[in-house]
Amino acid sequence: MFSLRVCGVTLGYGDRIVLRDIDLEVKPGEMVGIIGPNGCGKSTLIRGITRLITPRSGQIFINGQNIAKMSRGDLARVIAVVPQNPVLPELFTAFEVVLMGRTPHLSRFGYEGERDLAITQRAMEVTQTIAFAQRRVGELSGGEKQRLTIARALAQQPEVILLDEPTAHLDINHQLETLDLIRELCLEQGLVAVSATHDLNLAAQYCDRLVMLSRERIYCQGTPRQVINPDNIKQVYGAEVYVYPHPVNRLPATLIVSGRNRPDHHKLD
Amino acid sequence: MALNLLKAITIPVPKATPAYPLRWRSRLYGIAGLALLLGVVIVIASAVGSTQIPISSIWGVLLSRLPFIDITPAWLPTTETIIIDIRLPRVLLAGVVGAALAVAGATYQGLFRNPLADPYLIGVAQGAALGAVVGFLLPWSVVGFALIPVLAFIGALLAVAVVYSIARVGKTLPVTTLILAGVALGAFLASITSYLMIISGDKLHGIISWLMGRFSLGNWEQVWMVMPYIVIGVVVIWLYARPLNVMQLDEEQAQQLGINVERVKLILLVAATLITAAAVCFVGTIGFVGIIVPHAVRLVWGPDHRFLLPLTTLAGASLLILADTAARTVLAPTEIPVGVITAFFGAPFFLYLLRQRKRAIF
Repeated sequence: MFSLRVCGVTLGYGDRIVLRDIDLEVKPGEMVGIIGPNGCGKSTLIRGITRLITPRSGQIFINGQNIAKMSRGDLARVIAVVPQNPVLPELFTAFEVVLMGRTPHLSRFGYEGERDLAITQRAMEVTQTIAFAQRRVGELSGGEKQRLTIARALAQQPEVILLDEPTAHLDINHQLETLDLIRELCLEQGLVAVSATHDLNLAAQYCDRLVMLSRERIYCQGTPRQVINPDNIKQVYGAEVYVYPHPVNRLPATLIVSGRNRPDHHKLD
Repeated sequence: MALNLLKAITIPVPKATPAYPLRWRSRLYGIAGLALLLGVVIVIASAVGSTQIPISSIWGVLLSRLPFIDITPAWLPTTETIIIDIRLPRVLLAGVVGAALAVAGATYQGLFRNPLADPYLIGVAQGAALGAVVGFLLPWSVVGFALIPVLAFIGALLAVAVVYSIARVGKTLPVTTLILAGVALGAFLASITSYLMIISGDKLHGIISWLMGRFSLGNWEQVWMVMPYIVIGVVVIWLYARPLNVMQLDEEQAQQLGINVERVKLILLVAATLITAAAVCFVGTIGFVGIIVPHAVRLVWGPDHRFLLPLTTLAGASLLILADTAARTVLAPTEIPVGVITAFFGAPFFLYLLRQRKRAIF
C-alpha cells in the first residue's frame, strides 16, 4: 500500500514539456527528497501532485484515490504544501495566517471553533512560531515567514506534506529543527513528506530515499548512498564535487572546493 | 488510514479562551458602534434641511410608522410629509448606495489584492455613464421616465461582461489581465461618452450632474428598486468573507488550501458588479467612497474580511448620508454634487489616518 503514487505522469506548461513519464511511489512514513538542477521540474512535480496543473498523461493517486476525481477541499484535507516563496498578506497576524490552514476542515460558510484555534496554537508551538503569533506578517523575516507556512501546513493536519525548498531561508539551527520535526512526524505518525531541495547534505541526512531529476526524467532514485556520488552529480548538475562518508553516520556528505583551489585550475589569460 | 497528525492537540482541547483571540471583541464592538452611528446619522440627516425639524418629531414619526406603536401626533401633517416623502427616501437611498459602493470597493480590493482597486476599476462606471448619456440624448417621450437608470444599469453590466470575456483564458481569469482589459475598455467607452457630451447641446448640464452624482431626485420608488440587488449582493459578499481572506494568500496557496478560487472569484465579481451597477444607475457615479471607506476601516479594525465587510457597509452608508446632507444644506438652496463633498471632507480625514499609522496599510 502506497500513500502517494505517481504513475507515468507528464507535466508541462503550454507547449513546453517539463517532466515526462514520471513514476514515483511513496509509503506511509517515508520522507523522500527530490533533487536536481534549477529548472529540472521539482516545483512542477509538486504543482502536479496538488492539481494546480493537469497532467498531459498519467495519473496520481493518494491513498488509492485518483486526485483528478477529488474535490479541492478533499485534496486539501490530505495534502498540504509549503511553497517556495509564498505571498503572505502583510496586515494579517501570524496567527491568522496559520489559522488559514484550517480552511479545508471548515464547512463552506463556517467559522473556526475552539478546536481549530487549539490546533493552530499547537502547530505554532511545535514550529516555534508561537513567539510572534500576534505580530503582523509584514514585520516578519523571510525565515520566520517560511516557518509560518510550515506551521500552516501542519495546522492542515495532512497525511502528505509537500515541501518546496523548505529550508532555503532558514538559519542552520532552524533548518535542523524544522527537518527534525518533519522527520519525527513521519516516523511517529506515518506522515508522508516529499521535499524538493537543493541542499544535498540535508537531503542525504534526512531523506529515506532520493529522486534525482534531470532532463525531463528521473535520472536515478534510491537511498542517499546510492544516489549521491560524484559521477551522478557531475552528470546531472555538471559540478565537480567530493563525496565522503559522514564521520558520524556514514551517510554521503557532499563537499565542494572553490574553482581556484581545484587541482586542475587554470588561470584566466 | 485515518491519521491524527499532531495527536497531542486533539486530546486536551483547552477549555479556557484560547491564548490568541482574534480581536473579535473589539471588532464586534466596532460593528455595534457603527450601527448605532448609522441610526443617529439617519435621524440627524432627516432633521436637517430648509425646514428644521426637531429630533423628537423625527423619532415620533419614525416610531409611529412601526406596527403596534401608537403615538398621538404632536407634529404638523406637513412635517410628517417632509420626513416620510422627501427626506427619508433620499437619506435611505444615500445610505444604500454608500453601503454598496464601499462594500464593492472592499471586495475588488480583496479580489485583486490591489489597494488601488475601486468599484469602477473594471468598466462599471464608464459603461453606466455611456448608458446614461445615451438615455439623456434619446427623445424623452419615446420610452418614458425610467430610461436613464435602466440604460445605465445595462451599460454597467455589459461593460463588465465584455471585460470579463476578453480577460478569460480557458477556465481561469488572470486578475492582471482583467484589470488591464477593464482600464482599456473603460477608456474606449469614456471617449464615446465624451463625444456624445460635446454634441449633447442643452442636455449637457443634466449629464454633468449625473456624472458627478446627486440624490436630489431620490424617492421611495428608487429605494425599492435598488434595495433588492444591493441587499442580496451584499449578503452574498459577506458569506464569502472567509474564502476572500484565504485568497489574500496568492491563488495557488488558496487552491492548495481547498478554495475553489475561480468559482469564488466569479461569484464575488458578479455580486460586486451588480451592487455597483444598482448603486450608480439612479444617482450617478459617486467617486471616492468605494476606495477610501475600506481603507479607513482596514486601518482601524484590520484586514479580516469577516469584520471588514460589515464594518465597511455601515461606514459607507453613514459617510454618504452625511455627505449628501452637507451637499444639500451647505449652499442651500443650491445643491453641491455629493462627489465634491465626499472628496473634500473625506480625503483630508483619510490623509490624517494615513499619517497616524506608519506601517503598511494593505
